[in-house]
Amino acid sequence: MTEDNGALDGHGEKPSRRDFIYIAAGGATAVGGGLVLWPFVDQMNPAADTLALGSIRVDVSQLLPGSEMTVMWRGAPVFIRHRTEEEVAEARDVELSALPDEDARNDNLPEGTPAIDANRVLRSEFLIVKGNCTHLGCVPTSQETNAGGEYNAWYCPCHGSHYDKSARIRRGPAPENLPVPDYFFESETTVKIGLNDEERANSGWAVA
Amino acid sequence: MKMTRLIAAGLAALGLSAAAGAAPGDYKAPEHHHWHHSGPFGTYDRSAIQRGYQIYVEVCASCHSMDLLSFRNLGERGGPFEDERFPNANDNPLVMQLAASYTRQWAGEVDDAGDPRIRPGIPADTFPAPYENEQIARGSNNGALPPDLSVMTRARHHGTDYVRSLMLGYKDAPEGVELGAGQYYNEYFGPISMAPQLVDGLIEYADGTEATKEQMAEDIAVFLTWAADPHQDIRKQTGLMVLLFLFVLTILVYLAYRQIWANVEH
Amino acid sequence: MSGPSTYEPKTGFTKWLDSRLPIVRLGWDSFVDFPTPRNLNYWWTFGGILAVFLMIQIITGIVLAMHYVPHEAYAFDSVERIRRDVNFGWMIQSMHANGAAFFFVAVYLHMFRGLYYGSYKAPREVLWILGVVIYLLMMATAFMGYVLPWGQMSYWGAIVITNLIGALPFVGDAIREWLWGGFSVGQATLNRFFSLHYLLPFVIAGVVGLHIWALHVPGNGNPVGLEVRGGKDGKKDTLPFHPYYTVKDGFAILVYLMVFAVFVFFLPTVLGHADNFIEANPLSTPAHIVPEWYFLPFYAILRAITFDIGPIDAKLGGVLLMFGAIAILFVLPWLDTSKVRSMRYRPLTRWFFIFFVLTCFGLGWCGAKNPDDYVLGIEGFKFLYFGQFLTLYYFAYFLVVLPVMGIVEKPKERPASIEAAVLGNKASAQPAE
Repeated sequence: MTEDNGALDGHGEKPSRRDFIYIAAGGATAVGGGLVLWPFVDQMNPAADTLALGSIRVDVSQLLPGSEMTVMWRGAPVFIRHRTEEEVAEARDVELSALPDEDARNDNLPEGTPAIDANRVLRSEFLIVKGNCTHLGCVPTSQETNAGGEYNAWYCPCHGSHYDKSARIRRGPAPENLPVPDYFFESETTVKIGLNDEERANSGWAVA
Repeated sequence: MKMTRLIAAGLAALGLSAAAGAAPGDYKAPEHHHWHHSGPFGTYDRSAIQRGYQIYVEVCASCHSMDLLSFRNLGERGGPFEDERFPNANDNPLVMQLAASYTRQWAGEVDDAGDPRIRPGIPADTFPAPYENEQIARGSNNGALPPDLSVMTRARHHGTDYVRSLMLGYKDAPEGVELGAGQYYNEYFGPISMAPQLVDGLIEYADGTEATKEQMAEDIAVFLTWAADPHQDIRKQTGLMVLLFLFVLTILVYLAYRQIWANVEH
Repeated sequence: MSGPSTYEPKTGFTKWLDSRLPIVRLGWDSFVDFPTPRNLNYWWTFGGILAVFLMIQIITGIVLAMHYVPHEAYAFDSVERIRRDVNFGWMIQSMHANGAAFFFVAVYLHMFRGLYYGSYKAPREVLWILGVVIYLLMMATAFMGYVLPWGQMSYWGAIVITNLIGALPFVGDAIREWLWGGFSVGQATLNRFFSLHYLLPFVIAGVVGLHIWALHVPGNGNPVGLEVRGGKDGKKDTLPFHPYYTVKDGFAILVYLMVFAVFVFFLPTVLGHADNFIEANPLSTPAHIVPEWYFLPFYAILRAITFDIGPIDAKLGGVLLMFGAIAILFVLPWLDTSKVRSMRYRPLTRWFFIFFVLTCFGLGWCGAKNPDDYVLGIEGFKFLYFGQFLTLYYFAYFLVVLPVMGIVEKPKERPASIEAAVLGNKASAQPAE
């Protein structure tokens, strides 16, 4: 009547059958426990309605050269700047080797695309980038308020990251250029940010 | 064990009470109908949901909102216009087209000047409500408020049967029943403010099905059932797998239990 | 009963830890080597089942709180959003709502078990009282949880139950307003109910800890109601908790979970009310307000008092009686005068107990019905009268039957020990040494 009486029986097959049942029961319990974890993990992923609100349309017809606007997209700011010809020229007059981050960081183009200005914009006058510093996520200040930093473009005051006229990181702790969201020009004056597969295929983006 | 049997008897008594409680009120209980989604293995009849959506849009939507439904739901898993090629319902061209067929102000959106922004719908938009607010809705319906239909089949006992019965239940008022202004008589509801809606051939189904009254009543009932419980198919599938797994595990644990207790008097 | 600990730390780390925080020793002594009577039947598995369901409710509840919005305008829609849009939300919400019902089924069976086998008697009075405290906390938690989806039943249930408090003389109105945080059930009420609904389960878990502690001092009762013998004979009466009762409880838990899964996946709303799929509307009361089924017996007791008793008006009388129905459980250990624990050996009282169980079901039936309807259609036999009769018996069982039967009843002969009860004839052939 001790707990191991079963094992003491001398019949050859009995222990192996007994072990099989224990292992199978224990194993199945473990598997079940593992499977039931998934719903409780997955519930924290974005819900269906959140995923559905992935795109916005912005009218840029009122945005004059040399000015910029900030719009909210997926709960975070996106900078849209209508650049002057001088700004474009300044952004294009930068050697790739001068850049701490040589990747274009453009969601519309493959990874590893060189970070020349032409790979950062769809139409050279409109620069559209996500507005959170790639260091720790603060919103950089802009030349609009005379706080554009060393390159007179964007500057993150939290830890001193300087971005240039193409919103590429030039100096400071931020590791990457401000990323370009997936967007295209739905019409001459309307930008759609956040694209579906079909729109992505016809967006007009190409590596320069 | 005596205690076991007694509690079983008690449960039976409670069951009796539930059965007796299912038919309150003076009006007829909904007529029971067999549905494609009835039972643990039943699944939604997709084409019925599609037809039901067409009825909702062409008939019901002029008075009834469905605030909890978005166009994207139509293309999501288990929805009427689900398409394997577009796992993200927002990319489903049919859903996009259905949404874009409405051009209006959405969810009180305003443009930069503060005026209502008028634009075509996108899959993320909710079904447009027919009235701006409750007061306007009542004003247009003799003071009665057409209820939102999002969870209607769950908000009524035997909801699917109820909707079908109600749609077919219009009769002349029996003697002694006074109808108010703009009211009709429905044997499953009593005096009701909704006019009879369905007549044979009321709409032309996109899939060519003959639009009889009975057909339309069934289709709208299935559509509303799906709307109230869109994950029913996957819920049942998951349930079967869970039960199967639990069953096997229970047998294994039972065998282990017998094994462990084999030589113990108890 | 818990003798000297048999735990022996083997590795360096466990030895080190054991001399600083003997938590492994505690677990070992409580759930592995704990000597448990060898004759426990399946009625004793509900403790384990309840532990599992407390965990299910807490885990699913924490998940739901991540998505739920405690606001009048959004609560209803946020619950629907959980069902529709949150990944696996339909399943987790269904587990939580049905889990509450299954929790109560298990707790009622656990309590009936205790009543039948005399588990409340010395030396287990504190164990029993802690159990009643858990039951009270569960009712408060379940009630506030039911308000959160902000459907018609949620809202009107909250109105009705909080108005009970208003029946208290002098302070009733002030307390009710304090509970509401306003002049009716509203935003403030919803918000605080959410906060408390999140808090109370952890209080329950704490009291469950005390409940288990209080269990492990005297040890489990058992179907024959005899104490485990001291010394060497104790070993013959008991088995170590693991693996004997872990595997038995595990089997029972799995069977219970299968029934639970049937409801979660195939009948997710069948235990609820259709009216709760209509958003709360303070302007229109549903035709027939009933509480969740697990409160129905108390609801029937509440409605049984339709007459004034001296200075106590009918409303207050009903409220007092309803709370009294639970309060009486606290003093039960001292109301039952019999020395015999198990009803197995109480031939007369056993029948009173059986009738008591039927009474509880009957009260539940009355609670679900309109008091003016006739029972089984018998002309003149209103549910009100039926409920009044059953209420009378409910209290009589505790206040008359148990005190009197302990004195007048002649119990049947009991076996000499648990071992003797288990071995039956074999024991009499070979008397214990």
